[in-house]
Amino acid sequence: MKKKKTRNKKDMISLMVDDVVYSTRANRKYTARAGYKVPDPDIITSFMPGNIQKVFVRKGQKVEEGQELCILEAMKMKNVILAPREASIKKVNVKEGDMVPKNHVLVELKK
Amino acid sequence: MSIKQKTLDLKQRMQSALQGGGTKAIQKQVAMGKMTARERIISLLDPNSFHEYDLFVEHAAKDFDMDKKHLPGDGVITGTGTINGYPICIYAQDFTVAGGSLGLMHARKIGKIMDHAMKLNIPIIGINDSGGARIQEGVNSLAGYGEIFYRNTQASGVIPQISVILGPCAGGAVYSPALTDFVFVVDKISKMFITGPEVIRSVLGEEISMEELGGARVHSEITGNAHFFSESEAECFEKIKKLFSYIPWSNKHKAASFPKKAPKTRQYKIDNIIPTDPREPYDVRDVIRAVSDDSDFFEVQEMFAANMVIGFSRFNGQTVGFVANQPLVLAGVLDVDSSDKAARFIRYCDAFNIPLVTLVDLPGYLPGIDQEHAGVIRHGAKILYSYSEATVPKVTVILRKAYGGGYIAMCSRHLKADFVFAWPTAEIAVMGPEGAANIIFRHEIMNSTNPEETRRKKVEEYKKKFANPYVAAAHGYIDAVIEPSETRRFVIHALEISAEKSEKGPDKKHGIPPF
Repeated sequence: MKKKKTRNKKDMISLMVDDVVYSTRANRKYTARAGYKVPDPDIITSFMPGNIQKVFVRKGQKVEEGQELCILEAMKMKNVILAPREASIKKVNVKEGDMVPKNHVLVELKK
Repeated sequence: MSIKQKTLDLKQRMQSALQGGGTKAIQKQVAMGKMTARERIISLLDPNSFHEYDLFVEHAAKDFDMDKKHLPGDGVITGTGTINGYPICIYAQDFTVAGGSLGLMHARKIGKIMDHAMKLNIPIIGINDSGGARIQEGVNSLAGYGEIFYRNTQASGVIPQISVILGPCAGGAVYSPALTDFVFVVDKISKMFITGPEVIRSVLGEEISMEELGGARVHSEITGNAHFFSESEAECFEKIKKLFSYIPWSNKHKAASFPKKAPKTRQYKIDNIIPTDPREPYDVRDVIRAVSDDSDFFEVQEMFAANMVIGFSRFNGQTVGFVANQPLVLAGVLDVDSSDKAARFIRYCDAFNIPLVTLVDLPGYLPGIDQEHAGVIRHGAKILYSYSEATVPKVTVILRKAYGGGYIAMCSRHLKADFVFAWPTAEIAVMGPEGAANIIFRHEIMNSTNPEETRRKKVEEYKKKFANPYVAAAHGYIDAVIEPSETRRFVIHALEISAEKSEKGPDKKHGIPPF
């Protein structure tokens, strides 16, 4: 049998399943997987990429629960982004006309 | 006009239609490194076997000055022929004619040849090379796609359906291939996506090339939409012919049988392939080759979810479908992609009377937030569903570790495998020894003066008692513990005596698999 590169330690990773550590190769998808981040309720992000059509709030302003923060236009739909709770605006990260990717921070809140 | 004149007239008409989009368009096609649609059909089919129909079909569009345009054959070539001597129906979109765009008559031609394939009970091959819907024909081109999808679905599991992507295949056009059994792609030529890079740029502001978005490699490695990757069209056609040597030409038939050939045992020494330490990797394909006729293994979806190996080989000249964990990649774990990949292949084999041989060596399911959130529960369930549902002969060989849920999923006795064999190296247990010992002896380990030493001892104790095939054999879950070198003999015998197996599930319209 021709010598395979299975013993080449360089492309081997350690993978733990049920307390057992296996020596194996990773595939591209496994290597590229994104780490999980605990969502922060004070950070309002874009749920999809789009265009900021309007911004209704500015820094320091007090907002009620359900008050309009901005309009994210995406896929020909105008999505009104609302305040999830009563808060004051810590920071506004976008201005009208901005193109934002997914998960971009739009507005930051504080108590 | 005399017959001679009429024949001459026919020849002239044919000549003009056979030109497709004309010299300039053909030159463009060649410059892109692509064959023309007719060249493709001719190089794929047996010599002189292609018979073309509907050559004189004209498009039916009236708006936007389309009535002034002549589109030979309406941009698609349809007909019948043979591959390896067996009859097939085929269509090939002609990119030189209006970019192979799909209009009403184009779709009708495809529908007609698909109906032929169903009526005649023979495979259908579709060669896709099209800019997409013919916008000028509006809702009629949508109707065209819909009618193709419906036929794909009706034909699914009845006749083999093969899609060959040899150019762009975008928007609605991608769904016909997605509904077919096997999708062939060629590097740098095939492009498949729902929304192209331009739309992504303008709507979402994200930059990506066509190749990175939906090129042949992406669909072979990342998305799993493609099943066979080739470097060139010629190589792709050879692979299609090879695939047809393994599969039956309808669900009423069995695959053609070939002369039996012994494995190349000098090259693949079955006793030397697997390391006895269950944590060490090896290439499970070497085991498949060590037991299969002529050590030949035709792998499906080689690059996608490589922790699971699927493909065809033969035992005594009869086709089998192999499903095997691959310890070389991600230790052979089950995850979202590998479950998906195996489950679909199991259903394919079951639909087309191809017995299943399963090789087991896996630690279980892949742990991780990404896996849980990607739905490893419902995807993992697909493999349980498809094995339980399959009524073709099912033979399982447990090579090494078979832990926990992974053991159940990999065609265990409990999912009604017909025969389950285990090598003496098999470890059939509720989980790996370390994990099990840590749970069972937790208090003893924690309360001991030297916890590490106690843990080590307890793991050893557990290994001795449970990390073997004999506990499962004692319960009758394993039919025989066999020497590795006996594998081929046992599998062949199991398949031969199962040849007339007939099993029927309860009467139902259809099940609800966890799609």
